[in-house]
Amino acid sequence: MASRAPGRWGKWLVSGPPLLYLLIFFAVPTLIMALASFRTPGEFGGLAPLIDDTGALDLNVESYARFVAEPVYAQVFLKSVWYALLTTLACLALAYPLAALIARSPKKYRNLLLLLVILPFWSNFLIRIYAWMIILGPQAALVRSVNGILGAFGMAPVSLLFSSFAVLACLVYVHLPFMVLPLYANLEKHDQALLDAAQDLGASAWQRFWRITFPLSLPGVYAGAALVFIPALGMFAIPDILGGPEDSLIGNVIKQQFLEARDWPFGSVLSIVLTVAALLLAGLAAWVGRGNLGTPSSAGESRA
Amino acid sequence: MRRRPVGLWIAAVAGYAFLYIPLIIVVVYSFNNSRLNAEWVGFTLDWYDKLAHNEEMLAAAGNSLLIALVASLVSTVLGTMAGVAMFRYPLRLLPVLVLTPIAIPEILMGVALLIFFVLLNFTLGLVSVALAHIAFCIGFVAIVVRSRLAGMDESLTEAARDCGATPLEAFRYVTLPLIMPGVIAGALMAFTLSIDDFVITFFTAGAGTVTLPLQIYSMIKIAVTPEVNAVSTLLMLLTLALIIMASRLAPSLLGTQEEKP
Repeated sequence: MASRAPGRWGKWLVSGPPLLYLLIFFAVPTLIMALASFRTPGEFGGLAPLIDDTGALDLNVESYARFVAEPVYAQVFLKSVWYALLTTLACLALAYPLAALIARSPKKYRNLLLLLVILPFWSNFLIRIYAWMIILGPQAALVRSVNGILGAFGMAPVSLLFSSFAVLACLVYVHLPFMVLPLYANLEKHDQALLDAAQDLGASAWQRFWRITFPLSLPGVYAGAALVFIPALGMFAIPDILGGPEDSLIGNVIKQQFLEARDWPFGSVLSIVLTVAALLLAGLAAWVGRGNLGTPSSAGESRA
Repeated sequence: MRRRPVGLWIAAVAGYAFLYIPLIIVVVYSFNNSRLNAEWVGFTLDWYDKLAHNEEMLAAAGNSLLIALVASLVSTVLGTMAGVAMFRYPLRLLPVLVLTPIAIPEILMGVALLIFFVLLNFTLGLVSVALAHIAFCIGFVAIVVRSRLAGMDESLTEAARDCGATPLEAFRYVTLPLIMPGVIAGALMAFTLSIDDFVITFFTAGAGTVTLPLQIYSMIKIAVTPEVNAVSTLLMLLTLALIIMASRLAPSLLGTQEEKP
């Protein structure tokens, strides 16, 4: 009992239960999904038997072939990438001044200002979507005044709800805190002396930003971009509730394959494509931002 | 004294307004005496009264609370173990399994678990939702606990071992009390994540089980009604209270680890 060596037992006793749980309820389901992408859809949804009537193992790449053969799916995927990219850029533009202001504030206010950025993230996801249904609804002041202006110029009234605008506005809204946190963590560590020196040497405010602050903040920008881009890529609830028929993203198609078409193999193919894209991008962001200063080491820390 | 560029202030105030105005509108209209979420008509508590008599909503809230309670308890135990293990031992697989569910889009875990439960003939319902919630909450608890451990002095645990404490005793009487704020913060976070989760619940709940977010989803798919504003306001209050408590206990939740209140 009194042996001082931490020992193998202690390590396995502590790490074993969570490891086992995550193997069963995360790793195994993910592997099953990967396997399902090579199987044949069942007659009434789900999967056809793994061993077919002739006793042969029924694994094929037909669902992958379908993804390649029917360009509509690649198009939806590209559209999702495009929406996620626009969301990331808009978040960056909105988050930068917020993060910069918090980083420059007196230390005693920083926690409060940061808490104010994070709090909306902790309110229910659907409530935040619902809020945009109200703001962009046909009766709302915003839409009525927009249409008033359009009417004055003799243009037809527009509907903001159920449009790509609504989807993008809400995507930006939901993901903004993910961009602010890593940016702040980076900007907070910048050395003011660099900026003072640049000013002494005659650099304008704009030059100081573009040639000093922004390049130094790139690791934070990459981390934030990954934290916004990846969840935005897989989003299905926002287009589902706020979008029109043309705003279906890859998440909506996955949902439809599993719950309506009940074509699991094809739904799995789409999910795998999404996973691979997400992991590649996460890896890319980690690689570009390596040796970064002060960005949280993982997605979770900043999301928390 | 540094100069405060006016432009920065304006942009930042606009940023905060963007974050808060939508939520404030939801709250304000929950007290509005009108079916439409469009114009302020007058103050009323009718929507809250209606809510209190909405059997479906109450049942959904009951389900949500039950799932959140179970999921946060189990994931706090497993997540604390994972956090301690990741801090103390050089592990390869566990950190990957703990962090990946957080890093990938939620829908992937939702559909993977749907296939898993259906293939096992596991009836979708409260239990499958709770099992799924535990899986994604473990990572969040582990991260909070690990960062709490990183901020404490490991030599205290070593001292306890030197004085003859068994590893379990050293953990129970030295480490655990020291990391307790992190553990409680992790538990509150897990509870909040579970009660708010929509995507993974959507895929793992099956047809017969409704949680609060699922109920809100089916209501707003049909129409905008101030009853949704009322339930949203109450849910926001609950989440707000939990998160403020959690962030008091673990300042690292705010992303600023070096400053402790």
